[in-house]
Amino acid sequence: MVWRKLAVPSILGNLADPLLYMLGLGYGLGQFLGEVQGVPYLTFLAAGTLAYSVMNSASFETLYSAFSRMHVQKTWDAILNTPLTLADVLLGELAWATSKSVLSGLAILLVIWGLGLYADFGLTLWLLAVVVLTGFAFSGVGLAVNALAPNYDFFMYYFTLFITPMVLLSGVFYPTEALPGWLQTAAQVLPLTHAIALARPLVLGEWPAQAVLHVAALLVCGLAGFYAALVLTRRRLLR
Amino acid sequence: MSLHQVTKRYAGQAVVDGLTLALEPGRCHGLLGPNGAGKTTTLRLALGLIVPDAGDIRLLGRPVPREAAAARQRVGVVPQADSLDPDFSVRENLIAYGRYFGLGRREIEARIPALLEFAGLTARAQARVPTLSGGMRRRLALARALVNDPELIILDEPTTGLDPQARHLVWQGLRRLIQQGKTLLLTTHFMEEAERLCDTISIIDHGRIIAAGSPRELIRRHIEPHVVEVYGEGAADWASHARRLCRRCEQAGETLFCYTDDARPLTDALDRRAGVRYLHRPANLEDVFLKLTGRDLRE
Repeated sequence: MVWRKLAVPSILGNLADPLLYMLGLGYGLGQFLGEVQGVPYLTFLAAGTLAYSVMNSASFETLYSAFSRMHVQKTWDAILNTPLTLADVLLGELAWATSKSVLSGLAILLVIWGLGLYADFGLTLWLLAVVVLTGFAFSGVGLAVNALAPNYDFFMYYFTLFITPMVLLSGVFYPTEALPGWLQTAAQVLPLTHAIALARPLVLGEWPAQAVLHVAALLVCGLAGFYAALVLTRRRLLR
Repeated sequence: MSLHQVTKRYAGQAVVDGLTLALEPGRCHGLLGPNGAGKTTTLRLALGLIVPDAGDIRLLGRPVPREAAAARQRVGVVPQADSLDPDFSVRENLIAYGRYFGLGRREIEARIPALLEFAGLTARAQARVPTLSGGMRRRLALARALVNDPELIILDEPTTGLDPQARHLVWQGLRRLIQQGKTLLLTTHFMEEAERLCDTISIIDHGRIIAAGSPRELIRRHIEPHVVEVYGEGAADWASHARRLCRRCEQAGETLFCYTDDARPLTDALDRRAGVRYLHRPANLEDVFLKLTGRDLRE
């Protein structure tokens, strides 16, 4: 894992976007909204931004960056000529993307701590675990999508048809209860909803309800994604 | 390395078809074939990257693909496509690749000066890959394949796309490896390359070995010793005449290739004829290759 070279510039890139959303919407929109769920809007937004930032970072890394290494730079092919196998390569990518998304999450967490956007500092430490889990879940799914991609354009579909709707439906910007019933049901199957269901109470100073369910959902997402990635990439490269 | 009666099919079509090939240690082997003949598939089978539909493969004494990963520990591969890491310097590429073999950082760093010297890249150790020329990149790919001190080195078209200067440098490097007693297996389109470097050559077409032997044996066995190439506008008209004077005669575009045991009657006749130019030369591997695989384009 000597890929850390690129970590700093890409962290800055990954950080700027969610941070602008959080502070811009939080302060700007927050003026008009007043309090949401009993806290200032910025505080409400913090947990959503955290999960969103981790998801974005993991997705970009396993889609664009992994695709470059697999398809354009042929790094994976080069590694497969050594004693390492495809499973090793994918495991390496998973660990790398997860760790990188954790760094993005950590950056947001520092802002949350710095601005005091929490009720109970002790509980916010649990957010670290949520960040790792969320990074893992989206890295797994991302690698599976990567295995299917014929070119970079393919990832646009993933972002416009999956990531963006999920950001809007999973409670990043407002509580999912604000949605009509059928959309609320739909939101329940989205992985980001589970990440936020864990992160938001922790920011607001409560222990998450149904924590086990949400943790399990994210774990299943990551594991199923990774398994699919393994099968699909094998079919793609080793035939 | 050995392959015995190996077959690999894609969508019902055999790309490698009952292929048998055995390498003798310490020698340089060439695998020649037109595009799509099955060269790269053969290499991927031998490395255990794909699973054969039939046949036995052994790599450095180990059964493949079952123990392929362990066997690859002692194999170096120079792939056809440039797969160097563009974010890294020359030196970092060597270190990262050595780590994939489980080598310690110190161990790799101890080997780096010799590898850089071998590749002629000592002065460029800190240079990033995108700043290197095509020839330097290929030499770095070669040095990278040696980082684990392999017994067997597999090279897939090592000089394709290089200019003559760069090609000669790569050849020098390969010759040094042969002198060191390494076993080499290379695929190539360049007959000159095969003739210069290889002790034995296998010509592959439609997934089968159609001829094998040393370059000289192949030439002796498959082709007449003299070739007279006839060019010019009059060449085509002269074809019927030529057929009476040589053993075999082939027309390719504007050029007439006459194969014969004795070129004298041909050259005498050509000297007397105006409007044609000719070249008399000894037969080479390319003549054998074209005779065995045909002159048609493979696409």
